Amino acid sequence: MSESVELLLEAKGITIWRGDNLLMDELDVQLHAGDVLQIQGTNGCGKTTLLRALIGLAEFDEGEVFWCGQPFARARDGLYAELLYLGHKPGISPGLTPLENIKTLCPELPDDCRADVVQVLDELGISDRIDLPSAALSAGQKRRINLSRLQLQQARLWVLDEPLTSLDAQGSAWVREQITKHASQGGAVVFTTHQPLSFDDISVSTIELGGAE
Amino acid sequence: MSDSSHPPRTDISLSRVFWRVYRRDLTLAMRSVGQWLNTLFFFVIVVSLFPLGIGPGPQTLATIAPGIIWVSALLSMMLSLDSLFAHDFNDGTLEQLVISGQPLSVIVIAKVLAHWSTGGLPLVLLSPLLALVMQMPSSAYGVLVISLAIGTLSLSFIGAIGAALIVSVNQGGVLLSLLVLPLTVPVLIFGSGAVSSSSMGLPISTQISVLAAVLALAVSLAPLAIAAALRVGVSVGR
Repeated sequence: MSESVELLLEAKGITIWRGDNLLMDELDVQLHAGDVLQIQGTNGCGKTTLLRALIGLAEFDEGEVFWCGQPFARARDGLYAELLYLGHKPGISPGLTPLENIKTLCPELPDDCRADVVQVLDELGISDRIDLPSAALSAGQKRRINLSRLQLQQARLWVLDEPLTSLDAQGSAWVREQITKHASQGGAVVFTTHQPLSFDDISVSTIELGGAE
Repeated sequence: MSDSSHPPRTDISLSRVFWRVYRRDLTLAMRSVGQWLNTLFFFVIVVSLFPLGIGPGPQTLATIAPGIIWVSALLSMMLSLDSLFAHDFNDGTLEQLVISGQPLSVIVIAKVLAHWSTGGLPLVLLSPLLALVMQMPSSAYGVLVISLAIGTLSLSFIGAIGAALIVSVNQGGVLLSLLVLPLTVPVLIFGSGAVSSSSMGLPISTQISVLAAVLALAVSLAPLAIAAALRVGVSVGR
């Protein structure tokens, strides 16, 4: 046990049934500051469900989730104030421009945040799309808009569901760099991915779902 | 780096949270004009069909006018409720709002008020014109507008509870009417009652008071119910 490092998120004995399917049985997850945790498994084995269960977005049958030592029910607002979750659904309304979408998703950005957003989108190579309707963006571009939140928002806990989906090599290198930076600054990351993802400077623990335990 | 220049999410003022969401929803509504015009046209068409169907006898029309206008307003509001949370649920914005760390009830109030601004307010503003079509005495116009303004706002809040409850249900439209319509009956009764009394020259303070009381109740309690329903909705649907 790492005594000095703060335990951020802890799940004890998570058991999830979906119909007659036992997705996970008595699963324990611990996430300290600086940890990077990868959840692996085949399609439909419950990776997304586990991620969502950890942050109160999916129901589970048994077990408990703690944030900074407090049970989820009491710590919910504290957790959400420090959480950045990028899910399957991008959270991007097709009727709004990327800038308007980002403003909705990041309420902490001031109204005149345009320059900041442009700077981050520039890094991701899509700043020229900032005023186009989001309906006109490709899947990869939407993903990049979403990923810009990794830089625009302050959050200690990152929960990333398939962050590399529809990204090219350059995009996934950027994500890897962000995760490395976040972890080395004391943040925690949980993510799922199909692609093999290797990190040079940080150690990644893995949880294998779907019978392989 | 840009990370450090922004305040943590706990320091955001409620008015910022409110206006962000309100302005966003209005922008979205303005860009899909068809959606809220649909509500308005439905209201206008239903009301103006009655003189054609019943015949233009001013006496008959004036008697039934309050009820007709009120029922049409109620149904138009129902029509637009379906989409109140559905789009945001489908594109994932809703779950992001739920976990944004901001008070969900404030977000919900902003969304409901934006819904009323595009779905309710136009009905209220147009109602005197329809009252004219329905041969209502002009002395009752003021009461019609006031009762509709209070009533449709209550309907938005009450209806949003239903819309939030069915947010993860596919094709929940029928369920929505079943859930919400019974709750809207008091608003309908006292709303159309106020207009009827006023066109007969009777006092209306009782009905308006009851309408206002319903609104106060809806504004204060509905956001909590809506927020709770949305939390369940996003954790059930995927």
